[in-house]
Amino acid sequence: MTIFLAIVIGAAFGFVLDRIGTTNPNWIFKMLNLTNLHLAKTILMAIGVGSVLMFVGQMAGFVDVGHMSVKTAYVGVGVGGLIMGFGWAFSGYCPGTSVAAAASGRKDALFFIAGGLLGAAAYMVSYASIKGTFLMDKIAGGKVTLGTIPGAKYEGLTAIQGDLLGIALGVVFIIVAFVLPNKLVGGDAHSDAVPAE
Amino acid sequence: MLMDWKIGGVALGVVFFLAVLLVKPIGVSTQFVILDGIIGDAINNELVVKTDEGYTSSNAYLAKSHGKYAKNVANPLNYSFIFVIAMAIGAVVSGVARRETIEERQVPSLWRKNFGDSVAKRYVGAFIGGFIVIFGARLAGGCTSGHMMSGMMQTSLSGYIFTLGVFAAAIPTAMIMYKRS
Repeated sequence: MTIFLAIVIGAAFGFVLDRIGTTNPNWIFKMLNLTNLHLAKTILMAIGVGSVLMFVGQMAGFVDVGHMSVKTAYVGVGVGGLIMGFGWAFSGYCPGTSVAAAASGRKDALFFIAGGLLGAAAYMVSYASIKGTFLMDKIAGGKVTLGTIPGAKYEGLTAIQGDLLGIALGVVFIIVAFVLPNKLVGGDAHSDAVPAE
Repeated sequence: MLMDWKIGGVALGVVFFLAVLLVKPIGVSTQFVILDGIIGDAINNELVVKTDEGYTSSNAYLAKSHGKYAKNVANPLNYSFIFVIAMAIGAVVSGVARRETIEERQVPSLWRKNFGDSVAKRYVGAFIGGFIVIFGARLAGGCTSGHMMSGMMQTSLSGYIFTLGVFAAAIPTAMIMYKRS
């Protein structure tokens, strides 16, 4: 059954990633150099919708709180984020989109994946020496959520009721998606034209 | 052509929600490690070994968290690995209706405007980018899917820290590299 779900949800994810333009590095570059924020609006909308549905579902009782999986916060999360952000802007792909992009026919994504497999191997080899360093020092207890979610096995950073906070933040993400301008940089008339594909 | 952000955002959000509802939050970058492990184990079958309690590995990373990754290397037909393969199938279905030119599929147009037409240059760039992205994602313990989308959606602190780090590096990098658009 879980394999069936992996195929259905995975295929839906790959399909949508391609439809919304994340498999096209040009859209990633334009989001990150702030000349076209269409993709940023899509991502904000998705996080907001996902959050509202999940927390409303938890409060209504049809979403199992035990399905949540909160990752540990540690110094390496921020440092790794900086490293990944640089590579993302440099190449136009992230791990998920590279797989979908290669499948949609982009040849350069295959080279990204090959580099990624080498990067993963490099991390596997260096993990033993990274493990004991400050990079693995937990932040605020590690597996924490911003509010305290009823029934969840995670600590709350604050005593605010976590599911209500999740819905409120989800709504904020959706509002930001609407109010975010289409671009923050680039005032010339040409940038309003249909982007080159 | 490109899906409207409101429709696309709702569709993507629903996929992330369904994943949590039915199984668990979406994540991708771990599977690069699993595939490396599968390749490594095929070359040297001592890499992942079965124990009384489950699986372990001579590699400290595969062995961490009681051999969680080692177990998945030994059993590739698990949810998360099949999920990534299915992503490719979904993208193929979406992609057939829309075929870019071979030039675009080799070198994206914005890269071309800033760094020229060389296919080799783009492939080397993509390879180096892949190395950096996956190394960073593994150090962080997740990527755009696992930390940014699934993480912030669950209000996890780690998702916010990761996202701040990503954009703090990505925006200046893109503004410097992709001046011509």
